[in-house]
Amino acid sequence: MQVTKGLLQKFGPDRVLDTPITEAGFTGLGVGAAFYGLKPVVEFMTFNFAMQAIDHIINSAAKTYYMSGGQISVPIVFRGPNGAAAGVAAQHSQCFAAWYGSCPGLKVISPYSSEDYRGLLKAAIRDPDPVVFLENELMYGETFPVSDEVLDSNFTLPIGKAKIEREGKDVTITAFSKMVGYALKAADELAKDGISAEVINLRSIRPLDRATINASVRKTYRLVTVEEGWPQHGVGAEISASVVEESFEYLDAPIDRITGADVPMPYAANLERLALPQVEDIVRAAKRACYRQVPQSAAA
Amino acid sequence: MALIRRAGRSLSMLKRSSLFHGKQKKQRQQPIVSPSLPNLTPHLPSSLIRLQINTTYSAIPRGISSCSFRSSYIPNRLLTSEAQPKLPDEGIDDTQFLDFPGVKNTAFTCDLKFVSEKSEEVPCYRVLSELGEPVDGAKLPQMADALALRIYENMITLQVMDYLFYEAQRQGRFSFYMTCSGEEAAIVASAAALSNEDVIFAQYREQGALMWRGFDLQEFAHQCYSNSADYGKGRQMPIHYGSKKHNFVTISSPIATQLSHAVGAAYSLKMDRKDACAVTYFGDGATSEGDFHAAMNFAAVMEAPVLFICRNNGWAISTPITDQYRSDGVATKSRAYGMRSICVDGNDALAVYSAVKSARSMAISESRPILIEVLTYRVSHHSTSDDSTKYRSGEELSHWKVMRDPVVRFRRWLEGNGWWNRQKDTELQSHSRKKIIAAMMNAESMKKPPLSDLFTDVYDSIPTNLKEQESYVREAVAKNPNLYPSDVPL
Repeated sequence: MQVTKGLLQKFGPDRVLDTPITEAGFTGLGVGAAFYGLKPVVEFMTFNFAMQAIDHIINSAAKTYYMSGGQISVPIVFRGPNGAAAGVAAQHSQCFAAWYGSCPGLKVISPYSSEDYRGLLKAAIRDPDPVVFLENELMYGETFPVSDEVLDSNFTLPIGKAKIEREGKDVTITAFSKMVGYALKAADELAKDGISAEVINLRSIRPLDRATINASVRKTYRLVTVEEGWPQHGVGAEISASVVEESFEYLDAPIDRITGADVPMPYAANLERLALPQVEDIVRAAKRACYRQVPQSAAA
Repeated sequence: MALIRRAGRSLSMLKRSSLFHGKQKKQRQQPIVSPSLPNLTPHLPSSLIRLQINTTYSAIPRGISSCSFRSSYIPNRLLTSEAQPKLPDEGIDDTQFLDFPGVKNTAFTCDLKFVSEKSEEVPCYRVLSELGEPVDGAKLPQMADALALRIYENMITLQVMDYLFYEAQRQGRFSFYMTCSGEEAAIVASAAALSNEDVIFAQYREQGALMWRGFDLQEFAHQCYSNSADYGKGRQMPIHYGSKKHNFVTISSPIATQLSHAVGAAYSLKMDRKDACAVTYFGDGATSEGDFHAAMNFAAVMEAPVLFICRNNGWAISTPITDQYRSDGVATKSRAYGMRSICVDGNDALAVYSAVKSARSMAISESRPILIEVLTYRVSHHSTSDDSTKYRSGEELSHWKVMRDPVVRFRRWLEGNGWWNRQKDTELQSHSRKKIIAAMMNAESMKKPPLSDLFTDVYDSIPTNLKEQESYVREAVAKNPNLYPSDVPL
């Protein structure tokens, strides 16, 4: 994906390694180097292939600080594209935010904009805990305007804080990664119908910024969560539970979860489009939450 | 850099001349990458020379020139970033010339012959006989009496600790234990050959190595009793010891994961130019795990200074070696990875010491991994959750237990040297027993780990959600003190 282009020339072959194709091997190797005291950054071609290394991510990285009684820390970053790309089908399109997000010991980040990627990746590398950094292949090509502050070489963002991308007062829409862009487009659509949507870019799946989400719901009284991954036990499920636990009296409508379809990702372009949330889906859900009349389901 | 450029030019001239020799040459063409090529850069390892032969030199990126060549692992992709010189239209008229990129040192054959499934015999290195006498022609390693006695005392203390802890588990004092009966020499003698800076990644049966490093009986007892003095803060099952100050990484249950960790640590040691290696212990069963293959391959490719010490004790819980693999032993597997290995009689402490010492020195000075297969026998049950009489014969077990005890064998050698006697032995056994029992009683009487240790160390600094959870728990405890166990501090 050309993400590490130029790093080899800049830092040399001791530090930038091409490895044999053994995810379990190079992940274990990275964890071992982290045990020793280095700060490795392990790249997976996509997080789908990280499943072949998931024992090392969970059992060797996430749990070791705890199990060793605080003797061995694991300052490692696992990064790579996550979620759906375009036309790569089931084994290249799964979203792992919910799986890694459930594991204590890991921090899980999913950035959206250039500012997010820059600030959060640096924060992740500096963080003493193991971090799973979920990128998005389709976002690699998008450009965003950034301030000078972001371009500073020491710019970091705090892990565990969500960002309110767009303020609103009628409905809260939470999203992460590519879906933030869709949510913003949906907010534009909704504004035409007089609905002012507040869009929250989660940035951090674990720790989840429950405070920001709940504060927003207490302002708007309505919530729509958006994610590309599967619905059962997803990120939206966790957000719903959190809001019901903490802001139940504030809700004026049931929480709506917009998620990917509960199927392995198909390949054909029309089927793939149907299996993933689209801007129209988010608009309809927000309107439902605002008690507006909406058609029942998506058109093909 | 100048030296390499000169070598490069002359080698590329060589390449062109032999490639385009054409119709005149009738005998078998030497493949370019022949080992008989002059070593034009003798101070560089052969892996680098191999890479040089395939490339032109104008394109070495600046990054390379600043790298120290003590790190000999330089990826081919850097040096082959330039296109290869185009072949002339004459073509190559030599059907014996094999230049596929996948293999180096081989030639074509027109015999339809398969490589046998039986590997070349790997001899097993030993220097002491079963009776503890030097074998004819054996060159014994240098070992002063002080070191030999320390090894022996560790083995005895280990045996007594194993016995008493096993009994303690049977009495319900703690929930689990694993002994290393029959493998004491393999473990203690190998640890004795290492330096304290070598990082150990063990599997679970190597408490002898941790004991050698200086972890004392009281610390072992605390871990098994999982009390407030346990370095693991009560988070792990018994025998999952770890001690950063002893350079012994905390035991992790999944089998063979420690192998790739060790390779990563070895690579880091190499980057840091340390005079130390990584050492990883594992059993015969672990060689079936995917992590074994991955770690072996990585270690070889990355030229990492790591010792792979395989305790081949014949059993993986109830799986006998015949059901574990079809190769003849474990040492033979390393050849497939381009790695050096040795097979050692694991019940001969002197041989184990000698082999590991030599391997360690090779691993560090030559930046290479070495596989050391220590052949031994698992006299113990797999663990306290296992009853091995259910799957192996009593005769086999008692033969190895009674006739092939590695500790007795070493004792005979000590006695032969006049360094030990029966009386000292009795005293040592009795002294160890007293110390261990005292340690156990002390550990048993200590309080359990406090509630505050439930939520710490999940992350470097405790996150808000865990602080909240802890405060809920403390509230609940404050409201219902009678429901909270009295021996668990807050």
